[in-house]
Parts: sequence; structure tokens; C-alpha cells
Amino acid sequence: MTDLTQTQVRERIAARLASRHRKEKIFRGFGIASIAFGVLAVLVLFTDIISKGSSAFVQTDIQLQVTYDPATLGIETVDEESLAWANFDAVIRSALRERFPDVTSRRDKRELYSLVSNGAGFELRERLQENPDLLGKTETLWFNADDDVDTYVKSLSKSKDGFLGRTSEQKAQWILALRESGELEKRFNTTFFTNGDSREPEQAGIRAALVGSLFTLLVTLTLSFPIGVAAAIYLEEFAPKNRWTDLIEVNINNLAAVPSIVFGLLGLAIFINFFELPRSAPLVGGLVLTLMTLPTIIISSRASLKSVPPSIREAAMGMGASRMQVVLHHVLPLAMPGMLTGAIIGMAQALGETAPLLMIGMVAFIVDVPHGITDPSTVLPVQIFLWADSPERAFVERTSAAIMVLLAVLITMNTCAVWLRKKLERRW
Amino acid sequence: MQTPTLFALLLLLVLVAYGTGFSRAIAAARSRGGVRSLASLPTYYGVHTALWCGLPALIILGFWLVFDDAIIRALVLGGIADKPDSISGQNLLYAQIQNLAAGNLIGDTSPQIRAAADHLLSLRERGQWMQTAITLILAAGLAAYTLLRISPDMRAREKVEKVLRVILLVCASAAIFTTVGILMSVLFESLRFFQSVPVTEFLFGLHWSPQMALRSDQVGSSGAFGAVPLFTGTLMVSAIAMFVAVPVGLMSAIYLAEYAGKKVRAFAKPLIEILAGVPTVVYGFFAALTVAPFVREVAQSVGLEASSESALAAGLVMGVMIIPFVSSLSDDVINAVPQSLRDGALGLGSTKSETVRKVVIPAALPGIVGGVLLAVSRAIGETMIVVMAAGLAANLTANPLESVTTVTVQIVTLLVGDQEFDSPKTLAAFALGLMLFISTLILNFIALHVVKKYREQYD
Repeated sequence: MTDLTQTQVRERIAARLASRHRKEKIFRGFGIASIAFGVLAVLVLFTDIISKGSSAFVQTDIQLQVTYDPATLGIETVDEESLAWANFDAVIRSALRERFPDVTSRRDKRELYSLVSNGAGFELRERLQENPDLLGKTETLWFNADDDVDTYVKSLSKSKDGFLGRTSEQKAQWILALRESGELEKRFNTTFFTNGDSREPEQAGIRAALVGSLFTLLVTLTLSFPIGVAAAIYLEEFAPKNRWTDLIEVNINNLAAVPSIVFGLLGLAIFINFFELPRSAPLVGGLVLTLMTLPTIIISSRASLKSVPPSIREAAMGMGASRMQVVLHHVLPLAMPGMLTGAIIGMAQALGETAPLLMIGMVAFIVDVPHGITDPSTVLPVQIFLWADSPERAFVERTSAAIMVLLAVLITMNTCAVWLRKKLERRW
Repeated sequence: MQTPTLFALLLLLVLVAYGTGFSRAIAAARSRGGVRSLASLPTYYGVHTALWCGLPALIILGFWLVFDDAIIRALVLGGIADKPDSISGQNLLYAQIQNLAAGNLIGDTSPQIRAAADHLLSLRERGQWMQTAITLILAAGLAAYTLLRISPDMRAREKVEKVLRVILLVCASAAIFTTVGILMSVLFESLRFFQSVPVTEFLFGLHWSPQMALRSDQVGSSGAFGAVPLFTGTLMVSAIAMFVAVPVGLMSAIYLAEYAGKKVRAFAKPLIEILAGVPTVVYGFFAALTVAPFVREVAQSVGLEASSESALAAGLVMGVMIIPFVSSLSDDVINAVPQSLRDGALGLGSTKSETVRKVVIPAALPGIVGGVLLAVSRAIGETMIVVMAAGLAANLTANPLESVTTVTVQIVTLLVGDQEFDSPKTLAAFALGLMLFISTLILNFIALHVVKKYREQYD
């Protein structure tokens, strides 16, 4: 030290200072870049999903003049048995032939028939079932177009030629002709919200999966919230410090980090193979998700019990209340808002979960809307998983749209939790 | 009586018990000068009666519902003289009997099975009767007994509180039951698996192809259960994920904690945390449809061969998923470092980044390491992204552009669908589950220990 003069020291510091400041800037730059990367990831993810999925909320429909001709239908009266046999597809076909009378060859006809969705016949059946007087009459209706037509029409608006896919040149001309005359329109896709799953993209909807999710969440909530709150109360207010409670503590923390698929294995081995509960049912799904979300709920409930100041307990105790009364009458009501936010977050977690539900058979192809917690059903994330696997191009947009619905529900739940926390937060 | 009706009736009985207990307590106190003379509030007498009425009956009913199918099955199968020895044969037979009893089986059946179906039906009916009778008699009897014992001196509150405390303890023990349940379910099935496939082959075998042959002379007839390709695949995907998540998560935590102003923090932190709330199936879809083709195109444009499902795509997206996890855990530990350490370093003339690198990070390191370990265990256990984007081929490769498979993917593919649970193919999934559970458990244990130990230092 002594052999350096003061000027020398100053020079050295000045020389290093520039590099130190440069390093500081670089470090800061890394920080900003990391934040930017995270924000970018969110933006890319959301724009990708929205740009892919928003088109699924409209659906190409074709207007046809259908005649409920008893001869074509092959029935004389409208009753349950004859409706089951009636050939509604023939009605649609003849309506299409009437619209395009110059189509004659067999191959062209088949091509023509594929303009309209396979589900159109079922729609007609339901209509006739509700209004039996329609038999023999003619009316103008809108039908869902086939998914190939739908994809073509939607891509038309993006580029002039459009993506043909499995649509032939001739079919494209028919489509353009229909569009010209106003008999083909993009309308709001109600099917997507009212139907269950289907192999035909234009007929596939999320209603069954939504109801299934609802039942599953209902089971999860009714089980995990009371059990979680009770466990938190015990651990926070009554537990003596001993081996057993230590074990419980360690277990809860570990369970919170166990991979979700392991819970699926548990559900499969215990609930389905051992207790022989029904496969693919919201009951089992709810049980598995209960075990999975329990640690989350216990941990957040404990945190909110902890935030109730000891003075409340002491005051109640001073008035002669028993421990249980202190907790149930005073501490619990004060901690409830925090517990509710924890429960909402736990439910949001459960709603987005897929892997354990695959194990217990909720991947089955289910068209009907479930009516109870033991009916076979699927849930929204699993529906997304199934659709994502489908080869048809039209399923990509349905998948993205289902994701949008799921994300919307999740964001609403999380916002609710944040809002609740803000509103009910108390400063002692 | 059907079970739901029975439950409803039991509930009604409990309500009646509560009301009677309540009014009886008041009536008992009347001779002594009113409610004041009671040892507890009248409500507690009501709850006490209701608890005795409902709880034992519910417990019995619960056990009944759990075990009656198994008992009936044993009784029905026991009544059949020449039943098959194998479990699957017995299952088949019993399924036949059940179908016949439910009226679903059309076609000719042997008289033996028809007799068994009748037996099953009669047993079920008798079981239902016994269940109703036992539950209701127990509930009513205990309620009556408790009612008779109500006296002004009875300390009802203490009794009720004792029961409540036990209920709370049972709820708190649910976590232990779950852990035991997980262990039992994966352990037993794994042991069955290891009876047919040696442990050493499973742990060190280099070839994974879990097909079981229908005939012995079939091509590729013997299934191979060497899990090393799965382990390496899992490790590769997790490593890629951590390669993305750790630097980005850590740096953004540092920036948010040390540099960012209030406004930036209030905006960026929740935005990044959105990533944590996105369901994994969404990431999987994103990885498979957007990132994987992108990765492939980029690789091809620099002249590399990439498969459509690659470890890289799955790993990248998984990394993005884990960013908020790493950043919020690091944020916690960085904020726990006392301000005095920073002030000291700054006072000696360090720049902010020097303070962070030489003082804050070393002080927070154990906590950060713990957080990273937790993130690793998350990456190892993640399922949907790899199922949708990493592929099924069990390649033993170090090239991240190739398709690999992971432990979780194999568990899903082996178990989705209907199958019998006595072939090594399905049991292998449980062995993989056991490996997954043990490895993540060890990681979590170390991580939680490290985090906890570190946190206490500054408290």
C-alpha cells in the first residue's frame, strides 16, 4: 500500500471504474432482458391461443330449403318409432340437389352432400319431434357446414384464394356461389357451447366437459375445504408439539410438491381398483383432486389463521371462553376471508389439472352431458387434450377456443381471489 | 332402502336429536331454576345428542359401503363349486354374474351362473335391509341413550369439544393417510411387477419397449423393461427446462427485488405470475403446435435434422412454465436478506450489481438452491407438456432435437385405456410411479430442509 502514491490509487480506481460501471449496466440489462422474456412469453402464449382460437366462435352455416316429405323420410306419422327409422339425411340431400340441379354424376353428388355437416339430419329430427305438424311442409333453415367447408370459408377472409385442404375446386365454386347469394354465412357458433364432444369438428362442443368440470369441482370443494380448514385449525390452534404433528407437518409440505400424476396412480389403485368406484366419474376425479389440493388449502388456511392477532384470542379467553369457543366464534370468522381466497386458488389449480384425471379414465369419448357425480364424464382440460390430438385442422381452432374458455374461467377465479383479498384484508 | 334415502333419513334423525337434546336440557333445568343452572349452554346438549346419534351410524355406514361389495363377491364366488383359479378368470366370472343380475346379459347362460346371479341379488337385497336396519337402530338407540342421560350437571360442552378435537385431528391426519395411500398403491403393484421383471433389469436395462406378446412366437414378443432411456429422457427435458427457468427466473427476481421501481414491480410481477396459473395442458398444446414446428424450422434452416416432437421444444416450454416458480421463491429469499448487509456493501463503495453478486446472492444461496431443487422436482414430475410435445419413442440419445420419452409420459401411455392389472405392461407404470415418487420426495425433502434452515437464520 505504502508504495502507491495517492495519485496512483486514484488513477487505478478511475481506470477500473469504467469497467465496473459497464458491468453494472450489463447486469442490469440481463435483469431487464429476463423480465422482458417472461412478459414476452405471456404475450406470445396468449396471442397464439387467441389468434388460433377466436375463429372458432363463428361457424359457417348454409341455408337450405328442406321439405319434410313423408315419402323421402319413409314415414307416415310422427311418432317415436318412425322417427327413429326416418331418413332425415335424404331430406338434406334432396334439398342440396334442388339447390344445385345441374349436379348429376355420382361422384359430384357425393361431393355436394358433404357440404353440410353430418349432424344436420339429427337437427331435423329434433325439430320434427318438437313440431309434428311440420310433416309434409317446407321450411328454410340454417345448417352447420362441414368442417372442411368451414375451414375453407374462414381462410378465404385471410387470403384471396383460401386454404383448400380437403375441399375440391368444384366444391369451392359451390361455396362461393352460396356465399354470393347469401345462403352461406358465418354466424355465432352456438353449437360450441351447447353440444358435447363429437368426432365431427363442426358438431363438437364443450358443454359436457364444462358440466363435468363443474361436478368434479363441486366434489373437490365440498371435501377439501372443510377438511383443509379443520386440519389447519388443528395444526395452528390445538396441536401439541410432538412426533405426530411434526410428521403431519412434513407430510403436508411434501404432498404439496408431489407430482400430480402420482395422485392419479393413487386414485387408480385405491378408488377404482380397490373400492371399485365407477371409472370416468366426477366422484373419483373429485376425490383425487381433493387429495391434491388439500395441502394448498391447508397451507393458505394456516397462514390466514396465523395472521389473526393473539390479542383477539387473549380477549376471548379472558372472558372465559374455552379454546374451542375462542377458535370457532372469534378466530375462524376473522380468518375466513383468507381461507376463501386460498380455496379459490386451490380450485383454480384443480380446474386446470389434467394428468391425474387421465389415469382414472376421464379420457373416454363422452358425448352426453353428465347428470350426476357418478355419470361418466370428462373435464375441460382433458377435452382440450383429446382435441389437441385430433388430426382434423378444424379441431385446432376448437381446441384453442376451449383453452380460451378455460383461461377465462381461471383468470376470473384468480381475479376474484385477488379482489377478495384486497377487499377483506384487515390491518390490525 | 337406497343409500341416498338412508343418508337423508339419518340427517333428519340427527336434526331431531339436536332439537330434543336442546329442549330436554331446558326441561331438565326448569326444576332447578332455569337455564342458568345448566353446566353448559342448551345448544351443547343438543349437539352432544346429535353427535352421538350421527357419528357412530355414519362410521358404520361408511365401512359398510366400502366393504359390502367385496364381502358379497366373496360369498357369491364361494358358493360356486368349480370356479377358475386365476384372478382374471374369477373377475370374468363375477362380471358375468353381475351382468346377468343387472339384466344386461342376453344369450344362454349356464344354470350355475343363473343361480349365482340369484344369490347375488338376494344377498344385495338382504345387505341393503341390514344396512338400513343397523344404521337406523344404532342412530336412534344411541340418541335415546344420550337423551336419557341429560342432566343439568352434565358437562356437555366439554364432551362436545373433545369430539370436535378428535375430528380436527383426523382431518389433519388426512395428509398422512394420503402419503400412506400413495406409498401402498405404488409399492404393492411395483412389487408384483418386480416379480416378473428383475429390479436390476428395470434400473439398468437400456431398452424400453413395454409390449407384451399375445403369442410366444410373435415378432418382438418379449417386452423389454429397461428404464434407463426414460430416466435420461426425463433428465434431458428437465435439464433444458432448468436451463431456461433458472437464469431467467433468478435474474427477474433480482431485478424486481433490487432494481425495479414500484410501478414496474406492480406491473411485471403479476404478469409473470400469470404463467404459473396457466394449465399445463395449455402449455402442452402450445409446445406441440407452435414451439415444436418453430424449433424444427430453425434447426432445419441451420442444416440440422430435427424430429417433429423434440426434447428441446418440450424443455423450452416447461422452462417457461417454471419461471414464475423460480422467480417467486428467489424473490422471497432475496427479500429476506437483511437490508443492513446491502447497506454495508454499498457503504464500502460497491456498485449495486457487486452488492447483489457478492453479498446478496451468497447470503441467499441456500434458499435459492432449495427453490431450484423444488423446481427440478416439478420439472421431473410434469406430465402434460411432455406427453403432448416430447414423443413416445424411448431413444437413448443426447441430442435434444430428437424425440425422447419420459417417466411420466410412459405412465400415461401405459395406463390410459382399459386393461387388466396383472400384466407387467400395466404394472410397469406403477414401478415408474414409485421411482418418480421416491426421487421427487427426496428432492423435496432436501429442498424444504435447506429452505427452512436458511430462513431461520434471519428471523
